[in-house]
Amino acid sequence: MGRFLHTFFSPLDFLRAVPQVWDGFQTNIKMMVVAEALVLVFALLLAVVRGLPGRAAAPFRVLTIVYTDVFRGTPLILVLFMIIGGLPALNLAGISDLSLFKSGVLALTLVYTAYVTEVYRAGIESVHPSQRMAARSLGLSYTQALRFVVLPQAIRRVVPPLLNDFIGLQKDTALITVIGVAEAVAQANFYATDYFNYAGLTVAAVFFIILTIPLARFTDHLIKQRELRERAQAL
Amino acid sequence: MTEANGHFVSLENVTKRFGELEVLHGISLCVDLHQVVCLIGASGSGKSTLLRCINLLEHVDSGSIYVDGQLVTGGKVDVNALRQKIGIVFQAFNLFPHMTVLENVTLAPIHAGKLKKSEARDKARELLALIGLEDKADEFPDRLSGGQQQRVAIARALAMDPKLMLLDEITSALDPQLVGDVLALVRRLADSGMTMIIATHEMSFAREVSDKVCFLDSGVILEEGPCDQIFAAPREERTRQFLRRVIESGRM
Repeated sequence: MGRFLHTFFSPLDFLRAVPQVWDGFQTNIKMMVVAEALVLVFALLLAVVRGLPGRAAAPFRVLTIVYTDVFRGTPLILVLFMIIGGLPALNLAGISDLSLFKSGVLALTLVYTAYVTEVYRAGIESVHPSQRMAARSLGLSYTQALRFVVLPQAIRRVVPPLLNDFIGLQKDTALITVIGVAEAVAQANFYATDYFNYAGLTVAAVFFIILTIPLARFTDHLIKQRELRERAQAL
Repeated sequence: MTEANGHFVSLENVTKRFGELEVLHGISLCVDLHQVVCLIGASGSGKSTLLRCINLLEHVDSGSIYVDGQLVTGGKVDVNALRQKIGIVFQAFNLFPHMTVLENVTLAPIHAGKLKKSEARDKARELLALIGLEDKADEFPDRLSGGQQQRVAIARALAMDPKLMLLDEITSALDPQLVGDVLALVRRLADSGMTMIIATHEMSFAREVSDKVCFLDSGVILEEGPCDQIFAAPREERTRQFLRRVIESGRM
């Protein structure tokens, strides 16, 4: 027991590891923020394309389906290795010389865009068709109906599941360590090899948890708020 | 045949199918400017579908529809421009729940009607005054009663200055005590000369406002005529049956 506590919770090592792990953790935060911003935009785009009506849009719809199927099905760590190993082998300017940081962000964006596209799509489909019909009947175009009537309602509804996916993304920034980005987990491991103590990993865990809890509580709060509102409407 | 035969709205032999089911079965109907035409008939007789074909929310399978001298069932029609001329109000109101009452009414004038924001707002306030809901401008729809919501939906349609209004059973989802205010508003619209096609189950209201009544039965207009004739001396047996049932159920 004492050995266990010492290995993971030695106060001295814990405190000593904090600055180093924090140093790496800032990279996690940066990756997370950039990837989330990109995911929000691309996923919305894909979800909209997937919902386009008409035969002319069919090839684009199929492409989005293929994309989400492929990247939801492929483990992030595999995507990472493909980007880090495969892309340079392609010898393409601009793509083959991505920094490690950018490669990590790219992998996270590719994978999480697939998840979040489905979240958006569920939201869009949850808006009753009569809403779109009412908008179109006023003479608004397809795009206007989407922009002013469908998407605002859809996005409001999917905020909680969206935040849930972002919690997943935040944690998965830790996986980027395998391609050699000096983020929190990498720093914790450096500490472990330097001092033969794993308290650094505990520090990293604490950082991730601290980052997640507010988001999780905020999600709970939103869900509760909506429940209240819907109950008030049913009265 | 002359275009639309000089009528404001003219349907010629319109058919509409949903898969195997033929909902409209060769409908011909004409409506003149400033006329109010009521469509009566049992649920499922095709009244709603007929209205939705006129503003192209549904596409007809054959036949032609003219509105304001323009063939709307041809391929090359500007759907959005057409719909700006035709207001429709639905049974379920279909207000936009994420927008205030004022935003509901100004959305189309600003983005489809090219009014400036301030102009659209002024106009919306006038319309809200007309329907007696000026004080609700900044409320969200879910804070309003059904009757109030339906009046807002009418104002929203009127905000585009339509030349024709289609009312699709607009009181059917309302509590009986809320029906009156909505019908009073429609009555005022009729008095102001608005051309309207109204699908309704409110027979006494239909009798009061309409210039012409059409009885729909299984996708055909079985009988049409001035309301006095239809209600007092229906020629068709099916019409008599329908009216008898309506009277028995106390809705007239």
